[in-house]
Amino acid sequence: MTHRGRLPVIQDSPAVEGGLSRRRFLQAAAGSAALLGLSACKSSDVLEELRRRNLKELSKEQLQEMLARLEKRWTDEYGKKVTVTAKPPIPGVDFGYGLDLSRCIGCRRCVYACVKENNQSRKNPQIQWIRVLQMEKDHGVDLAHATPYYDPEKVPEAGHFYMPVQCQQCRHPPCTKVCPVKATWKEPDGIVVIDYDWCIGCRCCTAACPYGARKFNWAEPKLPKEEMNPVTDYLGNRPRPKGVVEKCTFCLQRSRAGRYPACVEICPVGARKFGNLLDPKSEIREVMDRKRVFVFKEDLATEPQFYYFYAT
Amino acid sequence: MGFLQFLKGAVKQVTAGGKAYKAWIALLLAMIGIGLVGYSKQWQVGLIATNMRDQVTWAFYVGNFTFLVGVAAAAVLLVVPGYVYQWKPIKEVVVLGELLAISALSMCLLFILVDMGRPDRLTHILPWPGSPNWPSSLLSWDALVLNLYLIVNLSVVVHILYRGYRGRAYAKWFVVPVVVFSIPMAVGIHTVTAFLYNGMAARPYWNASILAPRFLASAFCSGPAVMIILFQILRKTTGLEIKDEAIRKVAELMAYAMFFNLFLLGAEMFKEYYSRTEHLVYTQYFWQGIGDKKALVPYAWFALFASVVAFLLFLIPGTRKNWVTLNVGAVLIFAGVYIEKGMGLVIPGMTPDTLGEIYEYRPSVNEWMVAVGIFGVGGLVLTTLVNIAVPIMQGTFRAPDAPPPVAGETAFAPH
Repeated sequence: MTHRGRLPVIQDSPAVEGGLSRRRFLQAAAGSAALLGLSACKSSDVLEELRRRNLKELSKEQLQEMLARLEKRWTDEYGKKVTVTAKPPIPGVDFGYGLDLSRCIGCRRCVYACVKENNQSRKNPQIQWIRVLQMEKDHGVDLAHATPYYDPEKVPEAGHFYMPVQCQQCRHPPCTKVCPVKATWKEPDGIVVIDYDWCIGCRCCTAACPYGARKFNWAEPKLPKEEMNPVTDYLGNRPRPKGVVEKCTFCLQRSRAGRYPACVEICPVGARKFGNLLDPKSEIREVMDRKRVFVFKEDLATEPQFYYFYAT
Repeated sequence: MGFLQFLKGAVKQVTAGGKAYKAWIALLLAMIGIGLVGYSKQWQVGLIATNMRDQVTWAFYVGNFTFLVGVAAAAVLLVVPGYVYQWKPIKEVVVLGELLAISALSMCLLFILVDMGRPDRLTHILPWPGSPNWPSSLLSWDALVLNLYLIVNLSVVVHILYRGYRGRAYAKWFVVPVVVFSIPMAVGIHTVTAFLYNGMAARPYWNASILAPRFLASAFCSGPAVMIILFQILRKTTGLEIKDEAIRKVAELMAYAMFFNLFLLGAEMFKEYYSRTEHLVYTQYFWQGIGDKKALVPYAWFALFASVVAFLLFLIPGTRKNWVTLNVGAVLIFAGVYIEKGMGLVIPGMTPDTLGEIYEYRPSVNEWMVAVGIFGVGGLVLTTLVNIAVPIMQGTFRAPDAPPPVAGETAFAPH
């Protein structure tokens, strides 16, 4: 048994009915005044946004210019030196992920390492790219008997097992084909990415994803300055604006630099495996050779690059 | 020059009116005001002003959108007997159906707009400067067909009305092909909207081939229901001549459409309950609730009750001819389809969510405010257009140099 501290998952509650009480109205008014002020000093950014084209249509110079502008904006905003890279996929690499269900203890350390690494909004809205489902041993993998809202003193709990779910980086992603503006696509290294500055927030992709992997910024993300991770990538963990969808990218800012995703690194029981599917000696290939893997919701033929297995 | 004069005259038509008319306009403006207050808050804080969350990412706005796509296609129920079968009583009022379509489409587009997280990036869906994901994305198709259908209806309406104002019959070479084209277009906006849901294997409730046919069947009920009531109001308030048989024919066609809709519902229910797979849970959520989560259950049964009663009222000639029962039927059918095609379609599709979580969605006050505003806009569009169209149809709003109207002849159904 591992003590897992207090790491609750907060369910964003519905807005309070009678949303326009005087106090809330005043808050909204104050907020709007602040927003107006903010947008006034960012008018050049707004203009840039209106002028820009789809990422794939940008020239190298335009891309560099855009990254430099973002670095400056966030360096000013977060009061620390922020870098924004646009790391390309590495030729000959196709990422694969393995998750050992018999080892996972449901401690949710991956969830929080992910939030920290990837600059998710902390609260209102609370955004987490990994959802750990507690399941009943009596039912096996059965979503009708699963909950992400377990909160005991210690995990794992008797009679239960845990199934973390995040973006499965499908080979046939249902999410990218529904996007009306080509704001999301699959990269040659297998990672499904979103251009957060191109997304229109229609949420077709969240409706189409069978894994609940895509999260929407229902409000302006709240990322405290001191908690902001300044080493960012444009398609990875850079701060996101309000009103766009975001998701797990296998920490492409790390994995494309030869590092493990944050969730793999933090896992205290070694339940998470990661590597290059095209490299016969990689960790993930070893798992596939020695164990028997399966994919989640295989009937939908999404063909995930995320494999589950039972090591023991 | 002549068109400018027409516009000036049209403004006069719209602004002039009695006390009741002014009160109606004031009500619509107040609704729009409420909508603006609601939307300005949503604009500031984001879509968190709604009760949508990651579990239920589409809800009230998208439900209203879907329902209104159905209303928009209603004109076809008039176009087919009017233009294809040249049935005069209906041909005379086809233009009103097209006005309703324009009003419904304006609401459809607004409901999509308010549902967007980044309305400021709307241009990304245009070929320039954006990058539409066409033909792969159904939403990009939907944007295309809805706008095309709007243009088709607008061009026909403007042409017919302007010609009527000039005292001339419409140009057949233009109107007939465009109107005939609008028939597959109306089927198209439905099918594409249905496919938007239908294509998502992640949501078994929508991933059923019966969805598009059901969309069509219920659409031929909801829009005409509005028309039946509108026809009677116009007859009373403006003295516009609309024959009883036209109204009754519409009601009769609605009865057939509703029968088909109920049959398809039955087919769906049989498949879900008899095979009883894990996919049954969404249907169960709608009709029975899951545990103590039963928000939609009363609405589901009311919608069924309303649809069945309206079907019977419209089927039996006696109740179809009686104005009271006819109107009761029209209201019931509208309410029934509004529930079934709106929230009844969208919410169970997402409850439980793809990981089995049940988040009970109910629209927030803010969502209601925005929706009220959009219905206000739709009402204003319809009122404005009807107020220009009806005097032209009656021959009272005419160009000064236009030939006087001939008794028994209208611009809409020339001899």
